Amino acid sequence: MDNNIKLEADDLRVRFATRDGMIDAVRGVSFKVGREKLAIVGESGSGKSTVGRALLKLHPASARIEARTLRFGDVDLLRADERQMRALRGRRMSMIMQDPKYSLNPVMRVGDQIAEAVLVHQKVPKAQVREQVIAMLEKVRIREPQRVYDLYPHEISGGMGQRIMIAMMLIPNPELVIADEPTSALDVSVRSQVLSVLDELVEERGLGLIFISHDLNLVRSFCDRVLVMYAGRVVETIAAADLDRAQHPYTRGLLAALPSIDVKRPVLPVLRRDPSWLTA
Amino acid sequence: MLNTAMSQPPAAPASPSASATSAAVAESAASALRDSVRRALHHLLRNPMTLAGLVVVVLLVTVALCAPWVATHDPLRQDLYATLQAPGAAHWFGTDEYGRDTFSRLVYGARTTLYIVALVTVVVGPIGLAVGAASGYFGGWIDTLFMRITDIFISFPSLVLALAFVAALGPGLEHAVIAIALTAWPPIARLARAETRSLRKADFIAAVQLQGASPLRILVRHIAPLCLSSVLVRLTMNMASIILTAAGLGFLGLGSQPPSPEWGAMISAGRRYMMECWWLVAMPGAAIMLVSLAFNLLGDGLRDIFDPRS
Amino acid sequence: MITVDRLALSFGDHQVLHDVSFEVKEGEVFGLVGESGSGKSTVLRCLAGLHTHWQGAMRIDGQALGHRIDRERCRLMQMVFQDPYGSLHPRHTIDTALSEPLKIHGIGDIDDRVCDILLRVGLNPSFRYRYPHQLSGGQRQRVAIARALILAPRILLLDEPTSALDVSVQAEILNLLEELRLREGLTYLLVTHDLGVVVHMCQRLAVMQQGRIVDTLDSQLLRSGAASHPYTRSLLAASRSYQREAA
Repeated sequence: MDNNIKLEADDLRVRFATRDGMIDAVRGVSFKVGREKLAIVGESGSGKSTVGRALLKLHPASARIEARTLRFGDVDLLRADERQMRALRGRRMSMIMQDPKYSLNPVMRVGDQIAEAVLVHQKVPKAQVREQVIAMLEKVRIREPQRVYDLYPHEISGGMGQRIMIAMMLIPNPELVIADEPTSALDVSVRSQVLSVLDELVEERGLGLIFISHDLNLVRSFCDRVLVMYAGRVVETIAAADLDRAQHPYTRGLLAALPSIDVKRPVLPVLRRDPSWLTA
Repeated sequence: MLNTAMSQPPAAPASPSASATSAAVAESAASALRDSVRRALHHLLRNPMTLAGLVVVVLLVTVALCAPWVATHDPLRQDLYATLQAPGAAHWFGTDEYGRDTFSRLVYGARTTLYIVALVTVVVGPIGLAVGAASGYFGGWIDTLFMRITDIFISFPSLVLALAFVAALGPGLEHAVIAIALTAWPPIARLARAETRSLRKADFIAAVQLQGASPLRILVRHIAPLCLSSVLVRLTMNMASIILTAAGLGFLGLGSQPPSPEWGAMISAGRRYMMECWWLVAMPGAAIMLVSLAFNLLGDGLRDIFDPRS
Repeated sequence: MITVDRLALSFGDHQVLHDVSFEVKEGEVFGLVGESGSGKSTVLRCLAGLHTHWQGAMRIDGQALGHRIDRERCRLMQMVFQDPYGSLHPRHTIDTALSEPLKIHGIGDIDDRVCDILLRVGLNPSFRYRYPHQLSGGQRQRVAIARALILAPRILLLDEPTSALDVSVQAEILNLLEELRLREGLTYLLVTHDLGVVVHMCQRLAVMQQGRIVDTLDSQLLRSGAASHPYTRSLLAASRSYQREAA
């Protein structure tokens, strides 16, 4: 197996049991992630977040995850049991979620939450952990890390909270990071800062990054490759730089439907959904 | 554009709430209502615990309504040759110290129980909802006034206040009902107020304010229906404690007066013979327990129906 | 048509709006742009009458606006809210939601008007008896627009109407809004944080930061990159794309 490939998914399928029967959320998604920033882009209901959570097996037991291959390094994710997954999560593969308002524990100091990410996987003396956390806070460009360590989540801004989330998820030095809409809840001006922090860390440590988003414009400039999802399937895999030359009508439709700052069009082209996309 | 607008969202599994495909399209307002009621009943009947609770409650109501036909004897008729008989063929649940049939007294006691529960609920529900919703919606001095009043009532243990009330007015069933109602309404008001306060800031309330709706209209047509589910659940679960308080009052001789049968009073009277004649205490006690449990289970089931709305 | 003059508002000690002034011409789309906490939605709510303790003056066609909502104001301007999931009453059918304003104002022909407005926003009248949870986000937003238009206002206050929608649905709603504006001769005040939407929809806009208007300009200037104010320029740069060197 190619050493550079960190994660490989072949024909991934995720189904959920609901009151109305089985629902296919993901229907045969295949991709490989190496030392790169891979974007998974789609609208609501496309299954992009489901894919991300399936990799870390964060779905309830009633969900059915099947694939021809689902491998992370030498670990077969399909057959891994809960104990193996727990050893994996945070340590080798971690996830940054959307809104720090909801993903940070409101009654714990932020510094302690980052420290917990370390302590869960290794025994390290308290003083040493604190140092590691302060160093990590500096890495994510938080000024006055000593003071911020003792703050509670409600005392910090959204952008800072997201950088704390990044610190928490990257401090154990994982190989692969999954970011699920990490900047969607942030203001535009704060976004760049958070993204550049993420960018720097990913580059420096040679991590793989799966960036899940609905924002095509964003991933265009931030990521290396883009996977476009529609109705649980990947309709297009393309290099970010080549997005203008996208082939699939859904991708082209999405790009065209974005109101652009540069080009004035009296009427925005409306995406016409072709039922053949559901089976292609 | 009409075509794209009318097309269904992609068949891809969005959250169930976004899919319009699974819901049958109602043709009129009446059928829309019928659909929701039918769906609610379906959920109600699905859960075995809730079903059990519902069955017991329905049984209680039926027995109370059909008491003359269900009871085997006249509950008030004394038979001094057949006192303190153990349960047997002639008297299914035995007899008390005056030879009155326990089973029949239990059946007629169901009427008393139902009467108390229904009356208290009917009084407490609307008053609590109105006070709480008004308090939560208007805020300011109205809120302060109402909440201090509820504070006063809440700080009394229900039985003590009921005792005081009955002591002032004299014992009797109606007075017991008023006394219980006095302490049962504040928690409902508090609940309605909490719900209203969070609803008050919702966009759909702002929207209807912008349309010129009066506060009364908003409270009655927009806020009350949304508070209704948690109030109903609370009321149903309160019924259990109403029954127990009524039984407590009856036990102390302050509720329903002899010779009319009331479960709590039956326990009180049976206390004296409890050691030898277990049925005098066990039967009414079991009835109280069963009905309280049933109401609690029903309340739980209702909460499940109302909460995760499909 | 709309004149806002030195509008100020405080919540307790905290002042959220400082000296906000701008004008909107009849028939135009005016944008209010800013980040979270800039006060843009608050300005809209003051205009609508949802906040009552503001200072300053607001005039529509020269007539001063009072602090409270009255009948006339309802027929003059209406609002479309951001969250399609929160702006419709969950227990009321679409029909109830749309006929309520008519009943409040004693307007007859309810049936006809409801069907008509549904068609005008691109929905099949068979949607009347559905509940909001049976509709998609885009459909709900159409219903919200229908509800805002059923009293035939002249001004629509739009509070981030497409922020919570998918890109493809956003395009439909923006097109619908534009079509309605041209056909019915409406004036829009559009609040958004998305510069792409502003440039697409608005002729002029004001940029807000921390409760103040820092820049008022034609959207043409944004498009041509000739905006002069530093904050506007930084917003523009941030909206364009992620640039590693610039961050």
